[in-house]
Amino acid sequence: MAEEEQGSTQILDADREVCVEVRNLWKVFGPNPRQVVEDPELRNASKDRILQDTGCVVGLRDVSFEVRRGEFFVLMGLSGSGKSTLIRCVIRLAEPTAGSVLINGDDIVPYDDDKLGELRRSTTGMVFQHFGLLPHRSVLDNVAYGLKVRGVPEAERYERAQVYIEKVGLKGWEHHLPAALSGGMQQRVGIARALTGDPEILLLDEPFSGLDPLIRRQMQDELMDLQAELQKTLLFVTHDLTEALKVADRMAIMRDGEIIQIGSPEEVITNPSDSYVRQFVQDASPTKVLTARSVMEQPPVLLYSWQGPKAALQILRDANVDSAFVVARKGRLLGMVTVEGLVRLIRRRGTRLRDALDPDLATCSADAVVEDLVPMVAASRYPVAVVDEDERFLGEVYVSTIIATMIREQEEEEEEEEEKASVEQAEVVDEDTGVTREDSSPTGDSGEGAKS
Amino acid sequence: MMDFPGFLKLPLAGWIDSAVSWIVVNLGAILDVIGDVLLGVLVAFERALLWLPWFVVLIGVAVLAWFAIRKWWAPVLLGGFLVIIGSFGYWDLAMMTLALIFAAVVISLLIGIPTGIAMARSDTFAGVLRPILDGMQTMPSFVYLIPALMFFGLGKVPAVFATVIYAVPPVIRLTNVGIRGVSQSVIEAAKAFGATSRQILWEVQLPLAFPSIMVGINQTTMMALAMVVIASMIGARGLGMEVLLAINRIEVGRGFEAGLSIVMLAILIDRITHALAARQQHTKPSH
Repeated sequence: MAEEEQGSTQILDADREVCVEVRNLWKVFGPNPRQVVEDPELRNASKDRILQDTGCVVGLRDVSFEVRRGEFFVLMGLSGSGKSTLIRCVIRLAEPTAGSVLINGDDIVPYDDDKLGELRRSTTGMVFQHFGLLPHRSVLDNVAYGLKVRGVPEAERYERAQVYIEKVGLKGWEHHLPAALSGGMQQRVGIARALTGDPEILLLDEPFSGLDPLIRRQMQDELMDLQAELQKTLLFVTHDLTEALKVADRMAIMRDGEIIQIGSPEEVITNPSDSYVRQFVQDASPTKVLTARSVMEQPPVLLYSWQGPKAALQILRDANVDSAFVVARKGRLLGMVTVEGLVRLIRRRGTRLRDALDPDLATCSADAVVEDLVPMVAASRYPVAVVDEDERFLGEVYVSTIIATMIREQEEEEEEEEEKASVEQAEVVDEDTGVTREDSSPTGDSGEGAKS
Repeated sequence: MMDFPGFLKLPLAGWIDSAVSWIVVNLGAILDVIGDVLLGVLVAFERALLWLPWFVVLIGVAVLAWFAIRKWWAPVLLGGFLVIIGSFGYWDLAMMTLALIFAAVVISLLIGIPTGIAMARSDTFAGVLRPILDGMQTMPSFVYLIPALMFFGLGKVPAVFATVIYAVPPVIRLTNVGIRGVSQSVIEAAKAFGATSRQILWEVQLPLAFPSIMVGINQTTMMALAMVVIASMIGARGLGMEVLLAINRIEVGRGFEAGLSIVMLAILIDRITHALAARQQHTKPSH
């Protein structure tokens, strides 16, 4: 039973009902935008030609996608790709020129102001890149704002706001003005405000783009924790592929107002639909993309808890290693032992491997990205053990592997700087990257790094 | 040959004259209502200020000065100004001038703030209004006196009317600027949470535009004060009348006393309203 459930999560996702559906959506800016949509010839013309012929700028061209209930859906693209316009069209902060937006099966494009207001009050919540907090109101009032708009009495809305203020870790800041808070904290207020109305659908427009990288990662983690707890339907806009790959269940990549690929992060990475996506994927830094699962290796030896210390010592000596992981029944990881530890145990006439376990053990999940492992290896002399949710041992990641990945990243960054002038020409960059990578030998460096 | 061609004469003066006459003849009833309202507001202020004993006004000003400026010298200095004005024998005239200013400012705000809001909401309206406001501010203020006189006769009412016309542009402009200056991201966020445009106006735009509106109120008050002397030419009693009399009789000392009183009144009003406006920018939330 248990196995069946695990194996079928993907299928279950596909069966879930559609929560937001965007169909053939167009957004054209300029004089008489409908002429572009209605003219069958212009519809397929290039952006430049449309601009020349009509003075209109195409923001979104025939965009369709659907988001299922409880899904974390990411819209990704560079600035100007239309992703922000698209997320605004979903609750009509921007008016679509043509097409439909179905929320829970109901097309909201024909809604009048009253129905639209009702939808925004009851069904959706939004988080903005520039926070959009009321500067003259306290954190508490800001978080309670959505409820105030709905006409919820003061005592009740403060009580409900308080719950989410604590959820985002801002307890104690209720009565401060937003200006007294750091960027990251202000965005927590933004997130709490969006959650307080308990909306089904959460729209996030580059929520973390204005934050520094360390805070950004932390906020991503917290958002994912919140999502695991609250199970909202999330539509998340970002220009940062690393962020998209980290948080997305599925993602859509946009360019020039069109969606050019939709899929899970794995699908996008392993099977980029065209050179644009490929270039995007190449730019992502390996320490942030590579997971423990993809870089872990099988250890030369593995010890079992029921083995005696002398047998274990012999196994280690035969394999010419000085430490190994110990697993119990069903492959559950117990810890690790070293040759020294075993020798000491034998001197004490101990018989159980459990008593020789080294306390200095670092573990991580298979989905952890390499970047997250860096602080672990800095603190530990031994490889990091990769385990699944049930603590079962999957493999180990060597310090040298992590360092090799980091070095590769650094070199790529250096190349990037050299290439910045000619970023536009994707193919040229591709060739150069290949050539330079061959010139260097990261393995040699990494060996040294591992010893130190 | 070198003179500007005489046949190109644009008879604007004639048009304006006939328009004003037409208004006086045909819209008399409306003018009467407007006149009654202006007079009512003015008389209410005048009665209140003249009824209050001088020391109550003095203490009131000192307290307000302390509350607004929060410096020890403010109540002493500004209260001292009032004492000096009183010692010139101008207490009652100063109160009448203050009443005229208050009445003109209150009416200006009642007209100006809604107009400023409308201006912020409609680019077309703003486009039409902006040159009119420019005209109102650059037109020599004496020019307003003539139609005011024709509409309302001599006395207090045309003085308030002319003062309002002269003083209302700053508050309209600064309300408009304040509301337009509210960050779009805040407004968009309010919209995204389903706020109606009325909720956005009252809970987002007006509070955030408030410092700017306060600056507008300060400027409108100063404009009103500047108009007071001129308004005395059509019969408004007060310090301005005293200046006018002194000029006519070439009494330098008397003119100087009256003029100095106006200056001190101006400083008093400006410092207090200015400090109140500045204070708004640092207001903490109420709880």
